Amino acid sequence: MIEIEHLTRRYGPRAVVNDVSLTVQRSEIVALVGTSGSGKTTLLRMINRLVEPSSGRVRIAGTDTATLPPHQLRRRIGYAIQGHGLFPHRSVAQNIATVPRLLGWDRARIDARVDELLDLFQLPPEEFRDRRPQELSGGQQQRVGVARALAARPELLLMDEPFGALDPVIRAQAQQDLRRIQRELGTTLLLVTHDMTEAMFLAHRIAVMDDGRLLQCAPARDILTRPASPLVQALAGEQARPFHLLSLSQVADLAQPGTAEGPPLAPETSLRDALAQCLWSGRDALPVAGGGVVTLAALRQAASGETGRTGAGASVKAGVPSPPASPPAPQ
Amino acid sequence: MIGRAALAAAALLLAAFLISPDSFAPLLEPLTRRGAPAVYTQTSLWSLTVSHLALVAGAIAASAVIAVGLGVLVTRDSGRDFLPLARMVTAVGQTFPPVAVLALAVPVLGFGDWPTLLALFLYGLLPIFENTLAGLTTLPPQVVEAARGMGMTPAQRLWRVELPLALPVILSGVRLSAVIALSTAAIGSTVAAHTLGEVIIAGLLSSNAAFVVQGGAVIATLALLIDAGFRAAESAARSRAGF
Amino acid sequence: MSAAPRISRQGLLFALIGLAGLALPLVQLRPNRIVPGEPLSLPASLGWPGWALAVPLAAALLALLPARLPPWAGLALGLTGALLSVLALGWAATALIAPDAPLARVSPAAGFWLLLLAFALAAADALARLAPPVAWRWGLLLGTVLAGAAILSSGVLGDISVMREYQSRHDVFWREAGRHLLLAFGSLGLALATGLPLGVLVHQVPRLRGAVLGALNAVQTVPSLAMFGIMIPLFGWIAATVPGAAAAGVAGIGAFPALVALFLYSLLPVVSNMAVGLASVPPPVAEAAAGLGMTRAQRLWRVELPLALPVVLAAVRIVLVQNIGLTVIAGLIGGGGFGAFVFQGLNQTAMDLVLLGALPTIALALVAGVALGLLTAQAGGAPLERTAPA
Repeated sequence: MIEIEHLTRRYGPRAVVNDVSLTVQRSEIVALVGTSGSGKTTLLRMINRLVEPSSGRVRIAGTDTATLPPHQLRRRIGYAIQGHGLFPHRSVAQNIATVPRLLGWDRARIDARVDELLDLFQLPPEEFRDRRPQELSGGQQQRVGVARALAARPELLLMDEPFGALDPVIRAQAQQDLRRIQRELGTTLLLVTHDMTEAMFLAHRIAVMDDGRLLQCAPARDILTRPASPLVQALAGEQARPFHLLSLSQVADLAQPGTAEGPPLAPETSLRDALAQCLWSGRDALPVAGGGVVTLAALRQAASGETGRTGAGASVKAGVPSPPASPPAPQ
Repeated sequence: MIGRAALAAAALLLAAFLISPDSFAPLLEPLTRRGAPAVYTQTSLWSLTVSHLALVAGAIAASAVIAVGLGVLVTRDSGRDFLPLARMVTAVGQTFPPVAVLALAVPVLGFGDWPTLLALFLYGLLPIFENTLAGLTTLPPQVVEAARGMGMTPAQRLWRVELPLALPVILSGVRLSAVIALSTAAIGSTVAAHTLGEVIIAGLLSSNAAFVVQGGAVIATLALLIDAGFRAAESAARSRAGF
Repeated sequence: MSAAPRISRQGLLFALIGLAGLALPLVQLRPNRIVPGEPLSLPASLGWPGWALAVPLAAALLALLPARLPPWAGLALGLTGALLSVLALGWAATALIAPDAPLARVSPAAGFWLLLLAFALAAADALARLAPPVAWRWGLLLGTVLAGAAILSSGVLGDISVMREYQSRHDVFWREAGRHLLLAFGSLGLALATGLPLGVLVHQVPRLRGAVLGALNAVQTVPSLAMFGIMIPLFGWIAATVPGAAAAGVAGIGAFPALVALFLYSLLPVVSNMAVGLASVPPPVAEAAAGLGMTRAQRLWRVELPLALPVVLAAVRIVLVQNIGLTVIAGLIGGGGFGAFVFQGLNQTAMDLVLLGALPTIALALVAGVALGLLTAQAGGAPLERTAPA
């Protein structure tokens, strides 16, 4: 879907993005992570040419982006940013309709699309259509911002810290919504974030950047267990590594035959939550709904990154939790 | 500050005075001496008011078009080189006394309405330009970024996002210019402009306080009404812009 | 990104304005002070020395073109060019005035004003880019004022028509200048003496705020012509009817009515900025002062007033600049000041006399505006929005 080839952006002598190459599959989610100043936002903004590359090339669905007028390119690409950037002088419906109107859709089609998106984001259209952005809560504003980015059915969505301004509870909800909607629509998603947990939760692959260079782009498990350099290891959060690893798998993956006391865990509970329950209740094994148990010993092994040697679980899925490790093949 | 009722009363009173000035003669008579006329009759007050307002409206409309245009130009990428200069010229220009600008326009344009129009136009530029700059340079950055990111052309961004959001601030510049112009236009009568200043000057020349008061009161009432009108437009624009 | 252009667009604008100025007539030669005259260019009025002056002027203008011109060089070029233009004007006048035609007048024409504008803009642009520290800006202001005074007193410009007007009435000029300053500063002083306490009161008794500021706002809408005009009969009547008023200096003629009119216009900015300044003191600071055991008076004098100072200085700037301009109207009601020349000149269609009143007024307002702007910057604030009657 996106082919980034040797992309570089210089400001004076300094290369903010330095010779980055990256390919993103259709319907894949890739998270760009790195410290501030690592060049991840600049890389993202070069894809819709908010920043012009100094050298290198970006192709989207085979088309070199440099061959299109920037504003036409941007209308084909969804774009959502931190603090949402909703137009304060336009209603929610008008905000969402921005790009369809720029593209000259007819009125009926726009209205239908707006209502469809409001439904998708669980904002009842009758109630929200005519409101002003400043009459919404932070979480609602953010949802409208993403809905606006998706309005013209872009195949590609770029997001720059989309949840950066939200509090933790709303943020978790927004991440789940985004994952659900991305799976429904099959949109290709490139996301800038500085939050490794968010990246692990959402992305099929994580691209780690530092000082303008792309250090590694791989599934979360590989970033954690096979970091390409000590720097990647440090950026992935060394202390939290076992917990990140556990959060990548579900109890269904690790269940083994047996029985245990207590209320059963749902099969899609993350290993991280299962470990927390074991520790808090002082038990060595927890029952899994639908049969089987997950044991503390198995959890410990999974947390060390050696899932290959545990029985049933690891062989089921070595990849990320719910987003599949490899995106569906291009249709 | 001043309630709507007071404004409506002022408007009615003004209209009544302009339609039938003579019925106000008993009120003004105590201000006259030695049986001098209480109401100015040389030219109809109505026609003076209309030409006074026409001068102000013409000058300020021209100022607004030019000043907003210049403000837009120096805030585009291609005009940004001129921004520091524009700010400084505006700051310095505002210290030029309006009366001096009027006096300097006479050698260029002679006597009559034209020097007044020029002075009002020039002096009106500055507050509008200053406010246009303020409005266009303090837009919320995410909103501008979002407009760009969604594929609006520069012209679309200007018309659909930047100007609507800057409108309240621009309008308050126009209000300031209009109120100053209303008062400066009166001085225009010293260079033979056809304005309500004529009434005041007639009062000064004949030591007739009644003329001074009626000319001043009409202009002051007009100023209050225009000021209130612009403030209402500003707050409408502000709530439309979502501030 | 395209490569940086080699020619700066501002420089191009300044050069075009300046070259147009060189091409247009520099001066006007008139047989006497009220008839129309004959426009003359710089070389036409000075002969070959005129060419010798036109060349460096053109060179200075072209030197403004390069995009990489450092700001200090732009400033130097602008100031030098402006000085040279003024000298050229003076020399041209001296060369044109024949000893046998004492009534002939030479006045600056469009060419001179455009040259001056071009160099002044170049200097302003350079200054805006340099953004020098306040001490430098004070130095520059002082230097400019001194240089202006030196040129005027040197007699180089003695043959310019405005200076001819000055020479024929220099006693009156300085009397009116004194009167102008007295009116502008006197009304400011009165407004500060009454407006600052009133501002403190309005801040401490919020109930008064609406009424006081509303009334002062209404005062601002009265056109200046009417405000000055109504003072004459008003104070004439007071002087005649209130016992002791006349003895106390109240009069319907002279400077007194003008002083009161200016005072009334000055009150709104002073009162409202004092109140705004006090209201803008951060609550934690005010509370900390109270917590430290300061009395109400101590808090006001030691904490709140010093913090409100920049806002009050901004009001002083607004009022002073506004009053210097408005004082011109006093000339119309016999209150004196530079306005006397302006309106006398308009009556006689003697534009040189109008300039003799208008130019010093503008110069005074500019210097006062810049100086108080610098003071405000030193006190740590930015000038606020102006509210001005005309």
